[in-house]
Amino acid sequence: MSGGLYSMEGKDFDKTLDLTKIKPYGDTMNDGKTQLSFTLPVVCGDEAVEAAKQLIKKMGFENPQVVFYKELTEGFTFFNCYGSCTHNVDYTSIHVPKVESNVMDMTECDEYIKEHIGRKITVLGASTGTDAHTVGIDAIMNMKGYAGHYGLERYDMIEAINMGSQVENEDFIAKALEIKADALLVSQTVTQKDVHIHNLVNLVELLEAEGLRHKIILICGGPRITHELAKELGYDAGFGANTYADDVASYIAQELDRRLNS
Amino acid sequence: MQSKLGLDSQKIALAKQIAKNIANDVQTFVDDYTTVAVERTVCRLLGIDGVDTNSVPLPNILVDHLKANGILGEGIMFWIGNAMINTGLTAQEIAQKVADDQLDLSKTKVNPRAKIEKVLQPIINNSIRIITERRQKRENFIETVGEGAKPYLYVIVATGNIYEDVVQAQAAARQGADIIAVIRTTGQSLLDYVPFGATTEGFGGTFATQENFRIMRKALDEVGAEIGRYIRLCNYCSGLCMPEIAAMGALEGLDVMLNDALYGILFRDINPQRTLIDQYFSRVINGFAGVIINTGEDNYLTTADAVEAAHTVLASDCINEQLAAIAGLPQEQMGLGHAFEMNPDLENGFLLELAQAQMTREIFPNAPLKYMPPTKFMTGNIFKGHIQDALFNIIGIWTNQGLQLLGMPTEAIHTPFMSDRYLSIENAKYIFSNMKNIGDEIEFKKDGIIQSRAQKVLDDTIELLDKLQTEGLFTALEKGIFGDVKRSKTGGKGLDGVVRKGDNYFNLFIPLMKGE
Repeated sequence: MSGGLYSMEGKDFDKTLDLTKIKPYGDTMNDGKTQLSFTLPVVCGDEAVEAAKQLIKKMGFENPQVVFYKELTEGFTFFNCYGSCTHNVDYTSIHVPKVESNVMDMTECDEYIKEHIGRKITVLGASTGTDAHTVGIDAIMNMKGYAGHYGLERYDMIEAINMGSQVENEDFIAKALEIKADALLVSQTVTQKDVHIHNLVNLVELLEAEGLRHKIILICGGPRITHELAKELGYDAGFGANTYADDVASYIAQELDRRLNS
Repeated sequence: MQSKLGLDSQKIALAKQIAKNIANDVQTFVDDYTTVAVERTVCRLLGIDGVDTNSVPLPNILVDHLKANGILGEGIMFWIGNAMINTGLTAQEIAQKVADDQLDLSKTKVNPRAKIEKVLQPIINNSIRIITERRQKRENFIETVGEGAKPYLYVIVATGNIYEDVVQAQAAARQGADIIAVIRTTGQSLLDYVPFGATTEGFGGTFATQENFRIMRKALDEVGAEIGRYIRLCNYCSGLCMPEIAAMGALEGLDVMLNDALYGILFRDINPQRTLIDQYFSRVINGFAGVIINTGEDNYLTTADAVEAAHTVLASDCINEQLAAIAGLPQEQMGLGHAFEMNPDLENGFLLELAQAQMTREIFPNAPLKYMPPTKFMTGNIFKGHIQDALFNIIGIWTNQGLQLLGMPTEAIHTPFMSDRYLSIENAKYIFSNMKNIGDEIEFKKDGIIQSRAQKVLDDTIELLDKLQTEGLFTALEKGIFGDVKRSKTGGKGLDGVVRKGDNYFNLFIPLMKGE
């Protein structure tokens, strides 16, 4: 496989970075190099390879290369491929809605709450519906936290209650009323067939029916959640991959301050 | 066997003795009770199957009927036996009549015990014969056609549709998998009945039903004959229908069953009393059917830290071993669980994982240990994830694990694609072959990192078991000793299905299956 080692392929394209027209980067600006991996439901053979190449071209790639292929079982062939992307996007015109708060660490956050709220904030969390996975809510709430970010239970100024998994929305709301929660955290990890969306929307509807929605900071989180999606579903904020307890705590503290004091 | 880790055999014996005391204490409680699930299981083993016009399984109808009349404590055998004598009908016909409101078992005339046993004996013998033949069929297949070497490669299918599962499972078997686990649909563990028939809809998995078991068993036998390797079928007898699913698996030739009350208590919030009673009968059945059970200790490390909580895994394995032994389940069928779940950023983490895996191997030398791959620190970086799984596979072959649950590079992203499974099997096969005898060749430095780690975990385990013995298992669960999760003896789901045994109670399957 020495073909790729000393590439003789022509590089007669503009090699300067233009943020209005960005494309993937392999080893040269604007080369568009992209790796792809997929399975086609056909038997292994020359026709399968040709089908893969044609498909890659249709996806908008030039110079399709099938570098590896293997029949997984009769009638299914797996491919590893490369191609040069012909499309580009204007990076300068992109706007992504984000949670607007300054991220503070645990000590700063506790200080902020003492100063601005003057009491402990009560946060109730759960993985709701049929979702049996607690890994997300645990990462945010448990004392130990995740990846070096302490969880909400460790914050002096946060009363954190984690109801665990498979909590019904009705039970979740009843508990929120009982403990007078300031903020609700809903975790959704298993997301097949959009079951998480239905469940998240159902909670908003129940809160609205009870006249509670505006009295509470409502937050959802999970690997498939973005802030944009959360807003769309009627939540105040959404936290996706690579966000931690400090992101959530900072947001709650500042949002509660805004609601109470401005 | 000489310990490579310098483990003190007297300490191991002590840990097991304390665990035995804890298990005996649990069993003293279990012996006085039965549950709706246990009695439904007896129904199924007496040949009662099918559903009524509202799709309610007949075993549920019968058991609920007895419970509503306050007579479930005498047990289903007592009532069915009496009704058979009085009416001359079969067990199935009696169930049907109860479902049609044509028969009230609470008004049954009571006959002498010997007479009841005599009328039940033929149908009991029939179920025992079916299960025995199933077991012999498996053993015969393995003897004549063959099986894969340990560690068995264990992969999951999870499409929600049993017919699609068959396609995925056969593909995985052809690629080299030895065990196919059909993941159950989300939430099935909390259903207090077993759905009926073939199913094509599920969330994140497929319903465990007797018909689905039958369909998959047939598919695996076909592909097994084609590739010359027996393919084991795994499902889940945990949750509120634990013993029922054990019975269905025994009848349909399942080979491996997740079967762990502690897991259900901690991670599904099932009532501790209910599931420990259910577990006893389910393990009796699994033991008799030659089914390898899997325990769920690996899950503790998804909520607790894998370094700090290593001793809780070993302590729980020790208790699970003893609870299984009480149910007559041989060591060769104890797939005790543990996992490779340390933070990959930890310096020398591999050494600690290796120490713990070797330690578990040495402490349970005859058990086909179930070794779980990294999940907690899988990030979506599939390339690094593939390497994490490779390190896990190295330890699997090095320490001679029994069931290697293959990690997928796409863990934390989606249920496995066909290609993900291929990449994982290729990863494991490469390492298992390339490093086959590494465990025979390499010894560990005396008092080095690896030896010290294993010795410390064993010491911590004994200390914890001691505490558990003083407090009892139920109190320990209330304090959150396992997985940092707290569960009360009277909390959780399913407590209303627990019934104290009456004076007439008997379950003839238990002594028969335990060979007593």
